[in-house]
Amino acid sequence: MTTVAHADAAARPRGLPRAVRRRRLLVAIADHSLLIAAAIAFVAPVVFVVLTSLVTNRQALSADIWPQPFRFENYLDVFRDAPLWRWAMNSFIYASLATIGLLLSSIPVAYAFSCLRWRGRDAVFLVVLVALMLPPQVTVVPLYIMWAKLGLVGGLWPLIVPNWFGDAFAIFLLRQFFLTIPGEYLDAARVDGCGELRVLTRVVLRMGKPAIAAVALFSVLYTWNDYFLPLLYLSENPSNWVTSIGLSQFRSLHQVQWNLTMAATVLVMLPVIVVFFLAQKAFVEGVTLTGVKG
Amino acid sequence: MTASAATEAVPAVVAADRRRARRGAGWRRRLTVLAFLSPWLVGFSVFFGYPLVMSAWLSLFSYDLLTPARWVGLANYRYMFGDDPQIWPAITNTLWLVVFAVPSTVLFAFGIAMLLTRARRGAGVFRTIFYLPALVPPVAATLGFVYLLNPSTGPVNVILGWVGIEGPLWFNDPGWSKPSLVMLGLWGVGTTMIIFLAAILDVPRHLYESAELDGANAWQRLCWVTLPTISPVILFAVVLGVIASLQYFTQAHVAASVAAGSASQAGSTANFEIGYPQGSTLLYPILVYNHGFRDFNMGYASALAMLLLVVAFAVTAILIWSSRRVVHYQGLSR
Repeated sequence: MTTVAHADAAARPRGLPRAVRRRRLLVAIADHSLLIAAAIAFVAPVVFVVLTSLVTNRQALSADIWPQPFRFENYLDVFRDAPLWRWAMNSFIYASLATIGLLLSSIPVAYAFSCLRWRGRDAVFLVVLVALMLPPQVTVVPLYIMWAKLGLVGGLWPLIVPNWFGDAFAIFLLRQFFLTIPGEYLDAARVDGCGELRVLTRVVLRMGKPAIAAVALFSVLYTWNDYFLPLLYLSENPSNWVTSIGLSQFRSLHQVQWNLTMAATVLVMLPVIVVFFLAQKAFVEGVTLTGVKG
Repeated sequence: MTASAATEAVPAVVAADRRRARRGAGWRRRLTVLAFLSPWLVGFSVFFGYPLVMSAWLSLFSYDLLTPARWVGLANYRYMFGDDPQIWPAITNTLWLVVFAVPSTVLFAFGIAMLLTRARRGAGVFRTIFYLPALVPPVAATLGFVYLLNPSTGPVNVILGWVGIEGPLWFNDPGWSKPSLVMLGLWGVGTTMIIFLAAILDVPRHLYESAELDGANAWQRLCWVTLPTISPVILFAVVLGVIASLQYFTQAHVAASVAAGSASQAGSTANFEIGYPQGSTLLYPILVYNHGFRDFNMGYASALAMLLLVVAFAVTAILIWSSRRVVHYQGLSR
């Protein structure tokens, strides 16, 4: 008891008037209460969505929020009503082929923009940034016509193939990270007789692992969440639907209540949440990389 | 500047050696650079340069994919600036997002980040709670919010009812549909919040200490230390927010189709009213999409895309110009 009091007194600046101390305490509580209130507001939507996903069809028509009884079979019914596995499979194909191609093509480009010295590098990099900033709607019409002429509209290729030729965001993020690798390491490898390709594979790839992991995660997340391109190219062909487009059509197409719709929503959110907890560090690192050092 | 500093650090012999080698193998170096750049060069030409030029060209035609394109000159632009009844609503709705949604999102993200810096206990848990919604697939998040805010059984209006407030119709009310989208955006503010948090934690401690010695209170420290130091990050967030609102599509499209679907008991969303309710969520990208891919007016959609290009380009130019002036690359240029 006395030791606690002693530590407490030592931690605080001594000699402050009691009123000031009390005010500080109140301010601290006020700060935390705001934080707690905000946290509750952020969690509440998920809680309500999960609760609704567990109510019966009849209760879904009422304003009762708490499930009576809990109906976990809703989650099985979702799989019965909609081809969720097929959507997930298509999303998986899209995400994996796009991400692998994106990494293979973007890493050398980012290397050229960070570890190689050449005239006009920064000017050309500005062009990459411009491409990153322009809305996809600017170029979408001719691209659609191009894919239509190739007879590929309705399939996954129009979504996947562009990722195989360098993605502006990935190049940007990888470059930011590669620039932080001390030049001495690269020069040491070059002095030892490594060609640029070997410098890339032996030094930069190893040191750039966190950034590469972050880019891979962002790409998987982006493709899983992507709605605009699937809507454009896949709407007419339900057998190639990915989760995002399937989910958006789920309620109207299957004539179901909110409970099943929310169960499907939870199922689509779930993989993302799981991946986040498995790779939390890479996520936060990646986000910080885009913002602070940009 | 940094480059010369780096060469100075290397022993003079190595530097001279390198200079000679560079002169000899100049063309090889250029080829190496080209080889490394080649994926992007191809991708940029095929998936960006070509469609950009084609878009400008197509905007002078009337084309529906099935019949051959017909030259119409500037007719698409004349219709766009003169007669199209939907373009002004689309522009004002998009401007609404820029004027109201962007500042409120940035302020909110900053507020949450400030709250988080003061958290003594459980900072990690709080950070996760605020960040996670940013990862939730937009379609899922939108569906969730359309449900939460649905006028008949939605929990928000039910709870408002308990305290005697009759909630609005949210996504089904033209006056509330955009604010509802903003609420959805505030929920997914995590990415911006993390960026702010990192920036605030990066502010050198001694600045606060000297400000405190000068007798600055918490509010003054915020105004005269925190805000100026992280101003580049705030600018970055604002401009990224503007760019995001210029291409804001998914949430508005899904919300309109689902809300319209639940309003009409038939539930069909295939031909829902554009920008439901009453054109209030008709944003510029949605207009482009509708003309191009629902009505297959490829020429007119290209003309609309050209205007979007000009505006987006201007915003990007402002970003790059301002970041060059304000953002300091901490030893990052090589």
